[in-house]
Amino acid sequence: MRLRILTERLTTGWIVAISVTVMLLTAVVAAALVHRSLPIVEGHSLGALLGGSEWRPLEGKFGFRPFIVGTVWVTVLAMALAVPVCLLAAIYLAEYARDATRAIVRPLLDVLAGIPSVVHGLFGVLLLVPLVSDHLAPWAARHLACLPGATPQQGYSTGYCLLTGAIVLAMMVAPVIISIADEVLRGVPVAMREASLAVGATRWETVKHVSVRFAAPGLVASVVLGFSRAFGETMAVLMVVGNVAMSPKSLFDPAYPLPALIANNYGEMMSIPLYDSALLLAALILMVTVLAFNLLAQGVLVVARRRAAQ
Amino acid sequence: MRRRAVEEGFFRALMVLAVALVVVGLLLIMAIITAKGVGSLSWEMITQAPQGGYYLGKSGGVLNAILGSLALAVGATALASIFAFPVCLYLQQDYAGQSRLASFVRTSLDLLWGIPSIVYGAFGFTVLLYLGMRASLLGGMIALTLVELPIMARAMEEAVRMVSQDLKEASYAMGGTRWETMRKIVLRQALPGILTAVLLAFGRGIGDAASVLFTAGYTDSLPRTLLDPVASLPLAVFFQLGTPFPEVQGRAHASAFILLVIVLIISVVSRMMGAKVSKYSVR
Repeated sequence: MRLRILTERLTTGWIVAISVTVMLLTAVVAAALVHRSLPIVEGHSLGALLGGSEWRPLEGKFGFRPFIVGTVWVTVLAMALAVPVCLLAAIYLAEYARDATRAIVRPLLDVLAGIPSVVHGLFGVLLLVPLVSDHLAPWAARHLACLPGATPQQGYSTGYCLLTGAIVLAMMVAPVIISIADEVLRGVPVAMREASLAVGATRWETVKHVSVRFAAPGLVASVVLGFSRAFGETMAVLMVVGNVAMSPKSLFDPAYPLPALIANNYGEMMSIPLYDSALLLAALILMVTVLAFNLLAQGVLVVARRRAAQ
Repeated sequence: MRRRAVEEGFFRALMVLAVALVVVGLLLIMAIITAKGVGSLSWEMITQAPQGGYYLGKSGGVLNAILGSLALAVGATALASIFAFPVCLYLQQDYAGQSRLASFVRTSLDLLWGIPSIVYGAFGFTVLLYLGMRASLLGGMIALTLVELPIMARAMEEAVRMVSQDLKEASYAMGGTRWETMRKIVLRQALPGILTAVLLAFGRGIGDAASVLFTAGYTDSLPRTLLDPVASLPLAVFFQLGTPFPEVQGRAHASAFILLVIVLIISVVSRMMGAKVSKYSVR
């Protein structure tokens, strides 16, 4: 009897201790990054670091602007490509698809979500890079000359560019967005749909006026979570985006996102003063941005769940 | 009336197109990696470590990376389970209920899920520096554990939450302690889900490159101790692709194919195992 109670106490202590550790983990990671990026923030003003566009570590110049611009562009573009397709696919799966279709497509989505990022990157290198450089870029140069942002600058592109990175990224975040959006849409009470159908609305009208409106917070959350996933994705983007430290001027320009910066330069950073600190500041920027977006999404999801529970 | 029917048909077609696009994208990835990978795949690739001049196109294989990746992922998955299992028990009614602490733990897990793996890699590297260690199997495992933990904990919690309250209460009514209930009822009932969660995390771990980039290093030999650097498949793909030699790039394609096959096998096994083990669950 004694032993049983002792076991109960010990396991409870163990369970609580581990849970508290996990709870503190986020703070520990953040604290370590802040601590290590302090040296560079002390030497340079934060404004100069974030706004400066010169990246010459050997001369002590650390301007993050091209990298931040690159990250934002590649992510925003990826979302512009992914969100419409993903939301439509999620609506189809949740509202229209037969169970048999769902039973096929959902596992495929899980498989897609599990494909390693280097495989996505290699796919980009093998298929998308030639496609963009040989077909899309020349086509854009011929037909979209009036849009400077959508034409290659010198009339051609290597294919390793913003657009390719965005397409690869869009494919990577698609399963995340579709899964969450599908789950949210399935949470819409059947009675509400039936009420709409009963008064003569078509299925699409029901989707438009009832399901999507009811599920709106959750759909927003799915997009925000997809965004934050895309924001920090490293290897796949690194392999196809070109990695030139300039702010891209068009879709066909190379870019150099923050995660790629960290990944490419970690090896040699110990030899140059403040370099490691600068790279950890880059990691900190990534982390803070992603955390902010995730907190936002969690908040919205809480609202969504509460609404679904009513 | 016609306009409404047209609108219905239009959006329906658009949605079918969207689903088709996603499915075709997936099939295209598999087809291209398989087509390119199989061409360069040889028995040598999976049974030998790189020989001299391997990265110039001489003979050898990526056995070092295959075994390295498996070692990293097995270690990280074991470490992550040690953390994830207690946490998912804690998040149940029985331990934490609706307490403040539980909601903090839950939020922290959600945040950890969102942190990019490159950040874990950078964090792991600073920890290694602080401890005076170099890139090693152990360092890579620790960074990978951080990547896997939130994925595993989230999936496990979902499985554990499904265990019916009635069953647990039956156990309590017989005088079972919380731990006995967890071990004999919850663990057994949720086992399929728990194993699926473990395999899911394992699959993610084995494919993650950014976290092991600075923490595990890369080497052509197999590690003898936990403190030796170790190669991994995703990095093998990445490094070989970066060489200018077509033969070596071909091996990068083959390595990616091997990685893809491993990940697919894990996913299929987890599905089958989920179905097989679940025959012990009461529904």
